[in-house]
Amino acid sequence: MSVITPTRRSPRTPASRPARSTRRAGTGRLAAALLSPTFLVLGLVIGYPVVAALRLSFQVSSESIDPETGFKVTRTSFGLDNYSTVFTGENFLRPWWNTTSFALASVTLEVLIGVAMALVMHRALRGRALVRAAVLVPWAIPTAISGLLWKWIFNSEGVANDLLNSKILWSTDGFHAWASVVIADTWKTAPFIGLLVLAGLQVIPGELYEAARVDGASSWRTFWRITLPLVRPALVVAVLFRILDVLRMFDLPYLLVGPRKHSVETLSMIAFQEMSNLRFGTAAAYATVLFAYVAVVAFAFVKLFGADLIGRGTRSQR
Amino acid sequence: MSTTARTGHGRSWVRRIGIAAIVAYCLAPFYWMVVSSLRRPADQFSNALVPSPVSFDNYAAAFDERNGFGRALFNSLLVAGTTTVITLVVAISAGYAVARLDFRGKSLVLTLVIACSMFPPITMVVPLLELFTDAGWINTYQAMIVPSMSFALPLAVWNLSAFFRQMPAELESAAQVDGCTPAQAFRKVILPLAAPGVFTTAILVFIMSWNEFLIAVSVVNERQKMTSNVIVALFTGQYKFDQPFGTQMAAGVVVTLPLVIAVLVFQRRIVDGLTAGGLK
Amino acid sequence: MLNDQITMSSDREPEMLRDCACVGSNSKEEHVSSSQLSRAGGTRPAARGTRRVRGTMAVSVSAALFAAVLAGCSSDSSSEEPAGGPEKSADRGPITLATGKDTTGTIQDQLDRWNKDHPKEKVTLIELPESADQQRQQFVQNAQTKSDAYTVLNLDPVLVSEFAANQWIDEIPAGDFALDKMLPSVVETGKYFGKQYAVPFNTNAGLLFYRKDLLDKVGAEPPKTWQEMKDTCAKVAKLPEGKGVDCYAGQFDKYEGLTVNFSEAVTSAGGTIVDEQGKATVDTPEAKKGLQFLVDGFKDGTFPKSSITYQEEDGRRAFQAGKLLFHRQWPYQWTLANATDGSSKVAGKFGIATLPGLDGPGRSSLGGLNLAVSKYAKNKATALDFMKYFASEENARTNLEVTSSAPPYAALYDDPALQKKFPYLATLKQSLDTALSRPPVVRYGDATAAIQESASAAMNGKKSVDDALAEMQKNLSAAIDEK
Repeated sequence: MSVITPTRRSPRTPASRPARSTRRAGTGRLAAALLSPTFLVLGLVIGYPVVAALRLSFQVSSESIDPETGFKVTRTSFGLDNYSTVFTGENFLRPWWNTTSFALASVTLEVLIGVAMALVMHRALRGRALVRAAVLVPWAIPTAISGLLWKWIFNSEGVANDLLNSKILWSTDGFHAWASVVIADTWKTAPFIGLLVLAGLQVIPGELYEAARVDGASSWRTFWRITLPLVRPALVVAVLFRILDVLRMFDLPYLLVGPRKHSVETLSMIAFQEMSNLRFGTAAAYATVLFAYVAVVAFAFVKLFGADLIGRGTRSQR
Repeated sequence: MSTTARTGHGRSWVRRIGIAAIVAYCLAPFYWMVVSSLRRPADQFSNALVPSPVSFDNYAAAFDERNGFGRALFNSLLVAGTTTVITLVVAISAGYAVARLDFRGKSLVLTLVIACSMFPPITMVVPLLELFTDAGWINTYQAMIVPSMSFALPLAVWNLSAFFRQMPAELESAAQVDGCTPAQAFRKVILPLAAPGVFTTAILVFIMSWNEFLIAVSVVNERQKMTSNVIVALFTGQYKFDQPFGTQMAAGVVVTLPLVIAVLVFQRRIVDGLTAGGLK
Repeated sequence: MLNDQITMSSDREPEMLRDCACVGSNSKEEHVSSSQLSRAGGTRPAARGTRRVRGTMAVSVSAALFAAVLAGCSSDSSSEEPAGGPEKSADRGPITLATGKDTTGTIQDQLDRWNKDHPKEKVTLIELPESADQQRQQFVQNAQTKSDAYTVLNLDPVLVSEFAANQWIDEIPAGDFALDKMLPSVVETGKYFGKQYAVPFNTNAGLLFYRKDLLDKVGAEPPKTWQEMKDTCAKVAKLPEGKGVDCYAGQFDKYEGLTVNFSEAVTSAGGTIVDEQGKATVDTPEAKKGLQFLVDGFKDGTFPKSSITYQEEDGRRAFQAGKLLFHRQWPYQWTLANATDGSSKVAGKFGIATLPGLDGPGRSSLGGLNLAVSKYAKNKATALDFMKYFASEENARTNLEVTSSAPPYAALYDDPALQKKFPYLATLKQSLDTALSRPPVVRYGDATAAIQESASAAMNGKKSVDDALAEMQKNLSAAIDEK
């Protein structure tokens, strides 16, 4: 029990096989037991609100002001009007494209930077602690505060314009506002990918590299043939969750550029805006549409890159 | 673990440049944060690269007794720490089930779990608030912990199951043959090997819940229970329109640095300990 | 150790801790009862038996909890609605005050004094996030969940109509408050449909900050009209000191400040945003002249280009750096720009005046805060008494002295001691006397969005003034006529 190395292929493996079939019967129950806490928490905190929101999205309210008292009179019925508002109103295509383009740009940059970070962190011997601390910093700063920080950096008189020797009005509508959000988001979350990929690198047995080195493989080749395939599960999970997060992005553009700036308005922001104007049904419809969109993107992504992650066969090699 | 780091001393300068670039990339904006926090409040519009004169007024303001910032840091630590521990335990069990057990509906399980990360959180605040009001959870820690857990669980479950799946199953079987129960085999063999993954998940969960604001600001209105994020959002200037940027940045530094230090210390103690135990 | 965990878990967060115990380790064979074991298949190796039993246990615990939680959700605990307005209520007891942060501790001092005299009707301070949006969100959530957490709300005046129309705040007995001693324009911000829903706590109005040193050099008086202002700028631009000094800026970023500045431009040209009957009136010649002033300012360089991004603090930054000749700003800038610690280059070199207009003095928009009682609160009789105390002239005086917040009471502006301490008071009162509230629309969020959208499109040159105003008229009307 005390000496176990990752590459040790135990000769006794086949011996454990016969036990498997008998064990199978209880496996379902065991799995249910192991999974139930997760579903309890998720059902309570996510399930209930999601169901509530779904219901709300079909609730159509029409409001009028009582001419005598000035009080609001609300009549509600059930129907699809909220969804038709979403799809026929002017607040859909643009926010949808912003949402999508943020995801494409940020996630691509984050993967490139994050993987580079992980590789450097993994190889670094001296200064390793420093690098790890440094990498954590952007991710550890609460978005509320890093949003403020970037807002001042991108101020018209701010340090970004000073350094670039430019006079860009970052917070006005336009590509620059979009870019400022991508920059701030990439800075903040590349470490997330970096850390997860680093963890993936750390569980790769060192012997594989030794073998590749003995075979005389170039480091580029080693990266493509050994490193990348082996960190793929970690990378896929990291990217998947980044995609989910960026598609729901709300606070950063809101803080950094501001609400109702059309070039950075995301679907989440529109949902929020509808909610703050007390159109809860429309807000819920926006949220549901976004939910469906996120689900489609995530599904496509998993199908493309991570089929083995949700496949039924736990270990296909066996 | 150290074997991989040994490969090739030849191009160490490339590595050094890489390290320098990453450190600079990560720390440049943070540097601006620190610099901004060290200016006098009156100098907050300055773009000088070094604060002059250096002043700790912003830190004094952040820790002003009325802010209760120290207490808020403790609350954050309590909420994030509890969230991390419970989330990890829950997620390890779920991750293990998904990675190691053959049962029907596995992809459905994974799909349901990740689907919980697909709904925009802002639309969940009001139903949650109703739920917690009915349950009498307003102004309690669990009203912050449980939502934080649910936000972090999907990532934790997916990530851990990806890591467990990578562990060679033969080791576990071997350990069981050696007389370990399956649980012991998991704890003594798989967990240490997956330690980098577990630990990284822990960091991510901790930071996620440390940074949670949306729910925390809504379910707690008692000063004594507010987390540091909420307290920072309360900071205003003396005259309502003046933004206390320096103080906000000082608070940001105070909220961030302990986190980074804690992670580094933990890393030494726990991860290196665990991996060493598993490998030697 | 595990036993401890389990016993502890029975009263606190049972679902999680028990689950931890289930998964964390396997050292609890002793918990497995023989009957459970036999159900699990007694002949199997113990290890497998425990696995399964543990599973069943976790499942049943979880299921029970889930059922309990669901039962909790469906039971309606807030069925009873507090009846009647505060006039009828005689309920007394502890209450809360929900407001933005108490930066100087003045509010707490005032609460302490109240609490000392009313030990059974204590008031607890609830501080809300700094941003106006966040505060509104908390208020709305509180109303939506019909929570009694907030008793007295310190509301932005623009929210009074919306909260009153939704019946989230109660009508208050106007006669009980010293409203006749307050500035009439300010008292008006607490009204909806002719009834008083809120009492002014403080107020605010815009002022024209100007560089006295430069105006003196060219022998100019503070301008009364926009044209005079531009003429003065032209003269100053010819001075050597006038290099790099832009003429004028306000708050032109696309946010609430733009609504304020646009409203002021329109009212200063003699127009209105919404008329007495509550109809939108931004397609008038006066409104056109107002918006034209803002649009031309960017076209002819009267406003610096970067001012399209200015909120209050950006403008202050420019003014304190000596880059602005005229600046529309709230009074708070007075103290900060006069700081002599080197942070302001214009300390002692500037003066203040009322805003200029098209043909004569302009009219400001009103800011400030109003106190209202939440409909869902308890102890409303206490709340009303407390509001009388909290919004008293004496407290308003303290607030002015300590936090420089503008009082709603007319007399304080003529107080010589205060005038000495705050030299801008007389000018501020002039500004307040003619000031108008921002459009009192129930759907204020939609109204302000409509204004910001069209005004900024025109100021950016993306729309002509006529098109922008036609669009604004349409959207504003839609926001007013609820569908």
